[in-house]
Amino acid sequence: MSDAAHNSLVAHQFDDARQQQEAATVGMWTFLITEIMFFGGLILAYMIYRNQFAESFHAASRVLDVWVGCFNTCVLLVSSLTMALGVRAAQMGDRKKLVLFIIVTMIFGAAFLGVKAYEYSEKFEHHLVPGPTFHFHGVPGHEHAPNAEIFFSLYFAMTGVHALHMIVGLGLMTWLLRKSIKGAFNKDYYNPVEICGLYWHFVDIVWIFLYPLLYLIDRS
Amino acid sequence: MSDHSEHHIVPLKVYFLVFSALMILLFVTVGVAMVNLGPFNIYVAMSIAIIKAVLVVLYFMHVRYSTKLTMVVAAAGFLWLVFLLGITILDYTSRSWIPGSYQ
Repeated sequence: MSDAAHNSLVAHQFDDARQQQEAATVGMWTFLITEIMFFGGLILAYMIYRNQFAESFHAASRVLDVWVGCFNTCVLLVSSLTMALGVRAAQMGDRKKLVLFIIVTMIFGAAFLGVKAYEYSEKFEHHLVPGPTFHFHGVPGHEHAPNAEIFFSLYFAMTGVHALHMIVGLGLMTWLLRKSIKGAFNKDYYNPVEICGLYWHFVDIVWIFLYPLLYLIDRS
Repeated sequence: MSDHSEHHIVPLKVYFLVFSALMILLFVTVGVAMVNLGPFNIYVAMSIAIIKAVLVVLYFMHVRYSTKLTMVVAAAGFLWLVFLLGITILDYTSRSWIPGSYQ
């Protein structure tokens, strides 16, 4: 038996830590494929309706604030960077830095949700939430959008499900933070940090696509 | 044995370079959206988004430094997405009785 097999951090079904880590990574990517399918379906619905109701989508997209969305993209990209640095700290066995980076990642994740909540409340105020009270005014020069409600249905479905993933991500971070403080991770064992990192970056990628699709349709 | 269980630690510089590229591409995509390129706006925006996603997958998600198996699994997921979107859109845009299709 190899030395690694005697390490209590390696579960008995694995030959060594390396094999255990690969199994965890491939397992997480398999889950992420189901997530690609999930968001892929929404993006497909979006593409079909945007193709059919191009004029409405152009006018409706102009109602969204480009700069608020841009700011939120920055916030999310920074959180991805701090997450990556957190994983790196875990790889190097630096517990203090790992805890610090998890906290910073959580702050940026929460900031993203805060901005999203502000955007949603604005939509409620302006009657842009699909339903009986929906009423589309548009911006000057772009008032005509008979199918704007479809755009906003997709807007809320896509950003809503994304925000839900952010909330789940914050839950994972809370768990990770607790374990990190307790000293559960070291140079030889940090799989949960790596795996939660993969999830966090994936949610970031989803937003990288949602931002141009929803906010940047027609700004010229 | 010990060499093999060591994980690849990406230099800090790489993370900051990738992050800078992501931020620059974000502002490029916002800037390009303000310019009227007609039907090409969406292609430019999506190309930039794909470049950003590839950067995140390769460096932040460590796929570049992962095993071949991980690479294949990750690539399969995105390949499937291309099939889903590509084939369905081809179908929709080639049906003349659906609004928005090519006649």
